[in-house]
Amino acid sequence: METTIKRPLTPGKVITLSLIMCLVLVLVAAISLMLGTAQVSPGQVIGLFTGSLEADDPASLILLKIRLPRIILAGLVGFALSLGGVVFQALLRNPLADPFILGVSSGSAFGAVLAIVFGLGFSFGVPALSFAGALLTIYLLMSLGARKMGMESSTILLTGVIINAFFTAIIMFFIAIIADARLHSMLFWLYGDLSQSRYTHLAFIAPILVIASMILYSFARHLNLITAGEETALQLGVEVDRAKKVCFLVVSLVMGLVVAFSGLIGFIGLIIPHLGRMAFGSDHRLLIPVASLGGASFLIAADTLARTIISPSELPVGVITAFMGAPFFIYLLRKKGSQWSRS
Amino acid sequence: MEPILTLKNVGYSYGQIQAIKGIDLQVYGGEILGILGPNGSGKSTLLKVMDGILVPQKGEILIEDSPFAAFGRSHLAREVAMVAQESHFRFSFSTLEVVLMGRFPHLKRLQFEGKRDMEVALDALRATHTREFAERSIHELSGGEKQRVLIARALAQEPRVILLDEPTSFLDLKFKREIFQLISSLSLEKGLSVVVVSHDIDLTSQYCRRVIMLRNGSIYEMGEPDEVITASNIEAVYDCPVLVDKNPATGRPRVSLPP
Repeated sequence: METTIKRPLTPGKVITLSLIMCLVLVLVAAISLMLGTAQVSPGQVIGLFTGSLEADDPASLILLKIRLPRIILAGLVGFALSLGGVVFQALLRNPLADPFILGVSSGSAFGAVLAIVFGLGFSFGVPALSFAGALLTIYLLMSLGARKMGMESSTILLTGVIINAFFTAIIMFFIAIIADARLHSMLFWLYGDLSQSRYTHLAFIAPILVIASMILYSFARHLNLITAGEETALQLGVEVDRAKKVCFLVVSLVMGLVVAFSGLIGFIGLIIPHLGRMAFGSDHRLLIPVASLGGASFLIAADTLARTIISPSELPVGVITAFMGAPFFIYLLRKKGSQWSRS
Repeated sequence: MEPILTLKNVGYSYGQIQAIKGIDLQVYGGEILGILGPNGSGKSTLLKVMDGILVPQKGEILIEDSPFAAFGRSHLAREVAMVAQESHFRFSFSTLEVVLMGRFPHLKRLQFEGKRDMEVALDALRATHTREFAERSIHELSGGEKQRVLIARALAQEPRVILLDEPTSFLDLKFKREIFQLISSLSLEKGLSVVVVSHDIDLTSQYCRRVIMLRNGSIYEMGEPDEVITASNIEAVYDCPVLVDKNPATGRPRVSLPP
């Protein structure tokens, strides 16, 4: 008598788990809304959405003008970084890859640092130059690494490392020669800063992120096969080069976009995909939505800590993610190191 | 009989180095074709060309009457499947998930595997005797078990031709026999055409209806095992003296090394 074997993944399972992660996200966001330097009661938070809180109430101003845009930005950035991490780990077949590994973020950082040096503002100048820096890096990556030598992963990776080193050197140069208030802005930005959020930014990021997620999700099964080896994927009918090109480009653009508005928030793009794989397996049709939504919740929580832990002062959120992320990463390496080293 | 796969004067070079040249070959329905040859004689290249992974610079390959170039990757994967020598899974998939990967070319972009896909996958698991570890991680399997799972995945593609690149190189005697018996039953019962590259001349001799011997990227000899597996051919191709007699059980040529 044979035991019955169930289908490993069904659309129902993906939808159910995604909805659960959405619920977690809403809860985390609601809790985050209540927390902060100024006291806001749960009743006032509920009142904000039911309309019973007066528009000129100071609590309403704090919630709507300060906390809500920041929480939404944290959610979008956390979503994007985790999404990027999942996709890059699959494309590069490397569980240690993060979305910053190709150096797109260092190009963004270079642009942002340049904007800060020139005294440009955070509402337009910094994100604009930062995104321009990201686009420049993507162009360099594609023309140096990808076009000349095909889409070979190690070539792309190596090109990324070199680009990273180059831009980091320029950033260090500016840090070394600037000694006024701009230095603080720069360092804060380099460790991830969500405090500059504005609704206009969110309206710009959100739709692009939605489209990018849909494109990447449509490659979920391709990614599954690519993790089993590019030649294997080809044998099984995947147009590997095309899939890789589209995914690299989309993720790189999204990284450039979110980094432009939030700075360099490390570790989340590495850890959340890992946790996702540990909890939900390696099928990207499930992993992409749950890890991205989980990343959104995680970054909202981390940023809530960043703005409350030494209140009324603030920490860059990257400090929190790295502080939690690094020990976790070492734990993973110790536990799974032997498995990863297997070629 | 019409061949399923036809290679016409096919040549492939890696840069300046010519790996195979002037290959004329037909693969017929339900046959087992063995490819022999020393290291570097172009066996793996020939297999990759037959799966469309490498696109030959010279000649053409046809499936029935249509050239390869007319097929998309996914269409090709429904006609020809390949079992590579080795496969590395970076991330943990269950055996069933791995076999279901073989359904990729049959599914539309956002489609999930349905009932029929599950049936095909379970049949493939049964045929390869891997059903018992369907829900175990591929990382936990031994070399022989993994090899059988990869054959199951190829079966799940429901191809007409299945290409195997040294399927038994890491296996012990028992599994070697099992794999070749499996190949044999696939061709007999399912009418699958099997092309198998092997270093094991005796097994090739025993299980293949036709054998090709490659030397320096060209076909040196092609025919039934009796005609191809001879002491003079092997000495010429492998540059090594051998004794060839008959396997007492099957009557097929058997190769031994002289003292």
